[in-house]
Amino acid sequence: MSDGGGVVAAATGAEALSTELPVGRSAGWWGMVMFVATEATLFACLLGSYFYLRFQYGPQWPPDGIGAPELLKPLVMTAVLVPSSLPVIWAEHGIRHGQRWRLRSGLAATMLLGMTFLALQATEYAEKLKHFTMTTDAYGSLFYLITGFHGLHVLVGLTMIGWLLAASLRGGSFGSHRHERVRNVAIYWHFVDLVWVAILFTIYLSPRL
Amino acid sequence: MSTTTTPPPGVSEQDLARLAEHWGERPSLRGWFSTVDHKKIGRRYLVTAGFFFVLAGLSALVMRTQLARPEAGVVSPQEYNQLFSMHGTAMIFLFATPMLFGFGNFLVPLMIGARDMAFPRLNAFGYWVFLFAGLFMWASLPFGAAPNNGWFAYVPLSGEQHNPGLHMDVYALGLLFLGISTTAASINFIVTALKLRAPGMSLNRVPLFVWAIVATAFMVIFALPALNVDNAMLFLDRRFGTHFFDPSGGGNVLLWQHLFWIFGHPDVYIIVMPALGIVSAVLPAFTRRGVVGYPLIVLSIVSIAIISFGVWVHHMFATGLPQLSYSFFSAASTIITIPSGIQIFAWLATMLLGRLVLRVPLLYVIGFVVTFVLGGFTGAMFALTAFDQQVTDSYFVVAHFHYVLIGGAVFPMLAGIYYWLPKITGRMYHERLGRWAFWLVFAGMHVTFFPMHLYGLFGMPRRVYTYRSEPGWDGWNLVSTVGSYLLAVGLLLVLVGVVHALRRGRPAPPDPWEGDSLEWATASPPEPYNFPVLPRVHSLHPAWDERTAESVRAGATADRILSDGRRTLVTSELDAHPERAVQMPESTLMPLVLAGALLVFFTSMLFAWYPVAAVAALAVAATIAVWLWPSRRPDEELGVSG
Ligand code: HEM
Ligand SMILES: [Cu+2]
Repeated sequence: MSDGGGVVAAATGAEALSTELPVGRSAGWWGMVMFVATEATLFACLLGSYFYLRFQYGPQWPPDGIGAPELLKPLVMTAVLVPSSLPVIWAEHGIRHGQRWRLRSGLAATMLLGMTFLALQATEYAEKLKHFTMTTDAYGSLFYLITGFHGLHVLVGLTMIGWLLAASLRGGSFGSHRHERVRNVAIYWHFVDLVWVAILFTIYLSPRL
Repeated sequence: MSTTTTPPPGVSEQDLARLAEHWGERPSLRGWFSTVDHKKIGRRYLVTAGFFFVLAGLSALVMRTQLARPEAGVVSPQEYNQLFSMHGTAMIFLFATPMLFGFGNFLVPLMIGARDMAFPRLNAFGYWVFLFAGLFMWASLPFGAAPNNGWFAYVPLSGEQHNPGLHMDVYALGLLFLGISTTAASINFIVTALKLRAPGMSLNRVPLFVWAIVATAFMVIFALPALNVDNAMLFLDRRFGTHFFDPSGGGNVLLWQHLFWIFGHPDVYIIVMPALGIVSAVLPAFTRRGVVGYPLIVLSIVSIAIISFGVWVHHMFATGLPQLSYSFFSAASTIITIPSGIQIFAWLATMLLGRLVLRVPLLYVIGFVVTFVLGGFTGAMFALTAFDQQVTDSYFVVAHFHYVLIGGAVFPMLAGIYYWLPKITGRMYHERLGRWAFWLVFAGMHVTFFPMHLYGLFGMPRRVYTYRSEPGWDGWNLVSTVGSYLLAVGLLLVLVGVVHALRRGRPAPPDPWEGDSLEWATASPPEPYNFPVLPRVHSLHPAWDERTAESVRAGATADRILSDGRRTLVTSELDAHPERAVQMPESTLMPLVLAGALLVFFTSMLFAWYPVAAVAALAVAATIAVWLWPSRRPDEELGVSG
């Protein structure tokens, strides 16, 4: 089966269907966009809760003994995660032109960056846990819930990218006319990146303002 | 099932046979569990939500029995707490929304001229999750472990300290579990209505019911996350000692209420909106004319969806409101009066200008208008501060929101059940039986809830398991209880009517009502493929439109048969211009397996079997990977995902 396979058999009559793929936004694209919209609302509620509790808490935030969060590591994490959107774009554009090698190398690069991010987050947790945990107080609860939930999203995104990579390596699954899933996963990954920027601002920068 | 549909002219016997082969399923047990047919899933939603309605209704009857006389001892205070909590929670979450989504599942693809939902497997998954989450919650009741802190579960009362045991864990986990289903269904509705409309069904020809469902789905997408975050925090606080709601650890109890009502405000509209959509769908058939003011109604639907979020703002800036519980209902019902007033006037105009056919569905529509308007009126009364101090958390509030919810959701649903029964089952209902049921339901509803206004005004608080004998309380409480039994008998007759129709009902023709939308252009019940030829739409009332029928006759030679696979047509978002044909997924057990893995996950979280939960989480991930793994079917080369 060639990648440029026809669309519909028997396209006769007045309204012949286009044979150029893709036409318009696919159902899968809309599905992913809606999913991302509801997930974004979820993060908005989490970050809203952060600010709500913070302003109810009193002047000392983060509470005594915890101190304003270190900035270096989160900035490095940002420098790792945000650029990881680029190889995804590169991969997606590549496969649109039927260049499987671009798809594969781009996805592999993204995986590498994403995994680095998670590794950095693990070391950050290891440090932080020495000072405070989820049960220390509301600040700790918020910190671990929000960053942990985002980390989970990175993990899910990595799983999806790994899945694409595996499917592509298995041979022939994606091509110039068959890249919707790549596009949809890309949307999700960009979203995960963007949320991180909001988290960076909320958790790491805002207490220093 | 009718297996011998005569093909429309121009469609060959082979086409029809191929369609039947691609879309039909073998009637085996495996076929039953693996179906992704939106009509079957819709029917299951309706039956399951109906079942949960019966359970919640029985809980209400027990409460009313207990409250019939002062100082009765039918149930203990603890049991009473669980009864009203399960009643409210189940009515809101397990009955109202799923029931309306059941109508949506059955009808949306038919009304827009598609062969299935955009994501059929996701649709099946959503149903199984709904079923499992509902059973998960109800199963706690016989063990005395059901939620016991009302349907809005305020902390600190629902916190671990004040409320040990599993009760509120069941609530938090159950609603999180259920939320997966509601979100999945909402995404599916939006995408289906955007991408699968029949050619020619531009946005200004979309049936009002579909508009209502889509607007509802949008509200769910943006409202439900707040409830999910809330419940996740509650569970973490209770089980793992976090401090989101715990003032001694820097948390705040009001956070619960804020997040809850960010969801809860739109939720009233989420429940009432699709019900209003049913009314708009039922009216044309029984007034013999299109609903007056289509663009106005669409505008009002869209503005309700937006206003429901405007109320968030009111909520986020309001500081520590102690009586949120009812300012919710009052704010909601005050604002809803404007756009829903528009709709009510449009319906009244329709009835005045049309020729009324007083069949059972229309009776329920009239019952709805009367009851809903009364409910809106008592809602407006809360705006008077002095009055509102008097009735806070009294039975007046209970009366008010049952007028809104039963009037605004249950009556339209009953109208819908009678209206679409012929389409869903292929059988006609018994008219006289239906009328009897209607009058009992209508009278029972008012006899039950009208007196609640009175003893509410006399000061009887809600959520009390019993009361001392007081002038003005005893007699009216007894009346309420008698009314609730009347109502129960009426609802039982509705059920009898459905069973009677299934057993004895006259076979229904495709279009017994001369309805105006496309579902009436199919067989009753529809074939698995819905339409032999995907219709072309030329107006707002395609089933009344000769051109649409003509397009089916003539179009038989064109590309709208798509019999060479399990296919439907994808069209453009705004003007429904054909884009391509897509291959739809086959039946599969994966949705059931995935929902089952989630059930194991949530159950083991409930009982703190964390290793099992971890294994279940891995099983969930593995199932999703298998589900999405691209098959090597040649059709997949078309760039179809789903
Ligand atoms: C079928 C007949 C019904 C009867 C006889 C009934 C009866 C009652 C009663 C007596 C209460 C008050 C309990 C108390 O405060 O002590 C109550 C509460 C409630 N009912 Fe109903 N009800 C019915 C239907 C419904 C429906 C259809 C809905 C929603 C769709 C609903 C939603 C609620 C809610 C949300 C509460 C508040 C629960 C709470 O306080 O947390 N009810 N009902
Ligand atoms: Cu409010």
